[in-house]
Amino acid sequence: MTALLFRDLKLAVRAGGGAMIGVLFFMTVVAVIPFGVGPDLNLLARIGPAILWIGALLAALLGLDRLFQAEREDGSLDLLLMQETPLVLTVLVKCLAHWLATGLPLVLASPLLSLFMNMDAAAIGATMLTLLVGTPAITFIGAAGAAIAVALPRGGLLVSILVLPLAIPVLIFGVSAVYAAVQEPAPFLPPFLFLTALTLVFAVIGPVAAAAALRASTD
Amino acid sequence: MSEQSLAIRKFSDLANPTRFLALSGAVWPWMAAATALFFAVGLYLCFATVGDYQQGETVRIMYVHVPAAWLSMMCYSVMALSALGTLVWRHPLADVSAKTAAPIGACFTFIALVTGSLWGKPMWGTWWVWDARLTSVFVLFLMYLGLIALNRAVDDPARAAKVGAILILVGFVNIPIIKFSVDWWNTLHQPASVIRLDGPAIDPEFLRPLLVMAIAFTLLFFTLHIVAMRNEILRRRVSTLRRLAARSAGRGTSGPVPAGVGEGHP
Amino acid sequence: MRLVAEGLSARRGEDLIFRDVSFDIGVGETLVVKGPNGSGKSTLLRVVAGLLPRESGKIMLAGGEGQGFDTVAGACHYLGHRNAMKRELTVEENLRFWKDFLGDSDGGAGVAIDEAADAVGLGSILHLPFGYLSAGQQRRMAMAKLLVAWRPVWILDEPTAALDAAAEAMFAGLVKGHLSRGGLALAATHQPLGLGAVNELHMKGFAVDSAEAWA
Repeated sequence: MTALLFRDLKLAVRAGGGAMIGVLFFMTVVAVIPFGVGPDLNLLARIGPAILWIGALLAALLGLDRLFQAEREDGSLDLLLMQETPLVLTVLVKCLAHWLATGLPLVLASPLLSLFMNMDAAAIGATMLTLLVGTPAITFIGAAGAAIAVALPRGGLLVSILVLPLAIPVLIFGVSAVYAAVQEPAPFLPPFLFLTALTLVFAVIGPVAAAAALRASTD
Repeated sequence: MSEQSLAIRKFSDLANPTRFLALSGAVWPWMAAATALFFAVGLYLCFATVGDYQQGETVRIMYVHVPAAWLSMMCYSVMALSALGTLVWRHPLADVSAKTAAPIGACFTFIALVTGSLWGKPMWGTWWVWDARLTSVFVLFLMYLGLIALNRAVDDPARAAKVGAILILVGFVNIPIIKFSVDWWNTLHQPASVIRLDGPAIDPEFLRPLLVMAIAFTLLFFTLHIVAMRNEILRRRVSTLRRLAARSAGRGTSGPVPAGVGEGHP
Repeated sequence: MRLVAEGLSARRGEDLIFRDVSFDIGVGETLVVKGPNGSGKSTLLRVVAGLLPRESGKIMLAGGEGQGFDTVAGACHYLGHRNAMKRELTVEENLRFWKDFLGDSDGGAGVAIDEAADAVGLGSILHLPFGYLSAGQQRRMAMAKLLVAWRPVWILDEPTAALDAAAEAMFAGLVKGHLSRGGLALAATHQPLGLGAVNELHMKGFAVDSAEAWA
């Protein structure tokens, strides 16, 4: 299984891999927002966490459609399906590799982008922490969407359409945890723990659903 | 050494890169030395001059920031010229030049952004302001990163060169439009509340180190660019050799290439 | 051990592709599936590999080591039309991944990566990216994949489609070696594999009777 993890990481970093594209997309989305809402630093500081979360959500979805499609196109998927190791585990490892290659860079890039949004230190820390905990949930639930769309032409857009509604709870608790951290009366911990719970639940639901969808998709 | 003779024969029809390698091999150490010299003098002058009475010591950041910002634009111009060379004259070195200039340009732009925000923190009290000029540089940085990503995404250099050149030229035409619209956007939202970098005329006291540093940075750019081009050419030769090796493998002894390889071992 | 199929039938969509196919392959034996295009050769192989559901019948491993496997698919190597290798990685990285990921099943051991590459005659280009290789070389490397991890059953779908005569002979040698080490093989092909006397299973273009139900 570590072999699969390292192979997927290598593929992500090699030429044409998606690791860098996700971060670049994240940066571009966040950089474009001020042109829409105006350069008012107070306003940007207020909406910054939400912008970062939405940007990260979209960027995390970006490369997901290739998660299983690439394996299917070159025939590797057949071999992954045939093994006696549980398919759920294989999917989970692929999700982990995908998150390490595309989700983690988003988390690491978020403080830099926070500066563009004129956010203060507490908000930056909270955003980073919630992204760290929340983005795996997007990957896990996205894997289910990617597996469902694996056999479809132009599955990429479809994955986003399928997964975005499912990821709304993650966005809600992620953003509210950040605001709870910066605005005094609201407590930080309840939304943050909800977010953690969501990630854990999705870590189960996502791979199980994805494995079932992959089994059904063979032809 | 046998591989080298093969490479040279393979590339003999592309005499330009070979001649470029020979010429640049002789030139670049001198350029590197000149760069080091100018940097030594420039850095000395940077710290020898007095600080500004308003900005204090932070004015010294300008000696790095301004040349970097200037080069970020010049590098894009070099890339645009190279892109023209690729599309119009199909010069084999043009796309090597455009491809290798992108990461260097991105670095200079990044330096300009970082030093700008380091300067902005004590001056404006914030790391970043959506000032028209800063924003334009940031957009330029994003364009550089996009070009690098494009070059990485296409594995055939010839194809990457053409589409990259088109994107560079579209970007080049767009830069004035972006600049104009960002100015428009900025004045629309923010009537001249931000302290501009271009204050009153610069005192000669500051101008001298600035000029020396500008020359040093320019030399640095060209040195890095030449060395990067050499690396890219060598990288392409290696990849050509590897493709040749792949084609000749498993054919037994009757293949055409082993005869060429054998030349080095009489 | 034996690979036994009894009364298999399979559908694709609404159409019944084949019906009532039975075979029994023992150690050291090869069953070659023949038939015109569309007669269901590939479907049969994918059903045996567990990649497609079967309509009826059963597939099992009988006797000896066959008991050790949870699923039939777990005992199989499947060489399909596509090579299951990544263009961006080097040949060695590809083979090492499959060696580590697949692991050896009971009753045998895979060979080292350079040995496997030598066996397909491409030992000198292990360090190259897989995408640099020609179609025939890629196919041969996909065959090397069968050697790096041990599986008693080889399921081969048109294995020699992109190969020249020399490589076909090489591949026949690989299959013979596999048979002599206690393996068995199930292959679908138009071309003779050069294995000498083998059992053959002829798939007939199936007269669709499910269509009659809609007529």
